[in-house]
Amino acid sequence: MITFLSAIGHSVIANLTKTGRGTLFLKQTLSCTFSVLCHPRLIIKQLFSVGVLTILIITISGLFVGMVLGLQGYYILSDFGAEETLGVMIAASLVRELGPVVSALLFAGRAGSSLTAEIGLMKATEQLSGMEMMAVDPIQRIICPRFLAGCLSMPLLAAIFSMVGILGGQLVGVTLLGVDEGAFWSQMQSSIDFYDDILNGVIKSLVFGFVVTWISLFEGYDAIPTSEGVSRATTRTVVYSSFAILGMDFILTALMFGDI
Amino acid sequence: MHNPKSLDTLVGLFVIIGIGALFFIGMKVSNLASYSNNDGYTITARFENSGGLKVRSPVSVAGVRIGRVTAIDFDNENYESVVQMQIEPQYNTLPDDSSASIFTAGLLGEQYIGLQTGASDEFLTHNSEIEITQSAIVLEEIIGQFLFSEKEN
Repeated sequence: MITFLSAIGHSVIANLTKTGRGTLFLKQTLSCTFSVLCHPRLIIKQLFSVGVLTILIITISGLFVGMVLGLQGYYILSDFGAEETLGVMIAASLVRELGPVVSALLFAGRAGSSLTAEIGLMKATEQLSGMEMMAVDPIQRIICPRFLAGCLSMPLLAAIFSMVGILGGQLVGVTLLGVDEGAFWSQMQSSIDFYDDILNGVIKSLVFGFVVTWISLFEGYDAIPTSEGVSRATTRTVVYSSFAILGMDFILTALMFGDI
Repeated sequence: MHNPKSLDTLVGLFVIIGIGALFFIGMKVSNLASYSNNDGYTITARFENSGGLKVRSPVSVAGVRIGRVTAIDFDNENYESVVQMQIEPQYNTLPDDSSASIFTAGLLGEQYIGLQTGASDEFLTHNSEIEITQSAIVLEEIIGQFLFSEKEN
């Protein structure tokens, strides 16, 4: 009984201290923002590895998600003779939900895990402590540029995902299944609101980018500096990021679209 | 692996594609392009029943959209629905004896206000009110009336 209680207590304390370390880490990272913004080269380099290299997977998945939405939506909507609203369905589901969420999940798998592995390996090979020895702040030099690059590229990636998805839906719906092109676009335009739908989607993707980059950088920074520790940290990044994305998506959706 | 020049180019391309995608979504997918800025004039109309009319529903004449509904309020004294609509400034020659009706686009589509132009020489101006209105057709009422009349026969 006592061992059971102490096990619970131990895990609670461990989790709390980890949360605390994570928050302090975020605070340190954010406090470096201005000095890093004065050296945009560092951010550009990270934008390449975080953003540019993720475009391919985002584009291909977006295309297929949009095409599947077009097919499935067409079969359901044609039962009601409402094929013309296919565009609305595709655009609304992509811009509000699927664009930010799926691209954030892909981002966590593609960019987040590589960030964790990179930082964790830097820690394991003592590059971070080497930097500290040379009076270079690793948070400012290594962490903060990656953090800013992640926050910047996530909304752009989500926007690319939504655009490619809508074009994929148009390809299937209009070109293959023969929905009227004018109705497809005009119904979309009359139902999707710029502020209610699109801006909220952008806000969602900003929040996801912030959370995913934070989790992956912190897991790498906090990893046990062994090869096993780094591999565990990478797994944790993907798992925690996915939980965080899906959980926060519900909260954000309830705040933005629900009447709760 | 990459020289700095091509890295810059790729990052620049990425940012431009991303912003371009946002722009595409804003212009092509949403109604941002048809957002009119707040110039234009407001007219009101009273309906016995405004049905499923919503804020931002279109106002059209002869099938052409000339404005949008900006507010729907309930009049506590006359128990009517007061609909405010904003008409774009270039359509300023609507006769003041025009009538407004609430129509449904298709059988199950969204509802909109259709204006039928009158013959008066005076035009509708800012804050003027349309006197002749026809309420929304509520499907249930019609079905109810139909069933009732069938029974009587």
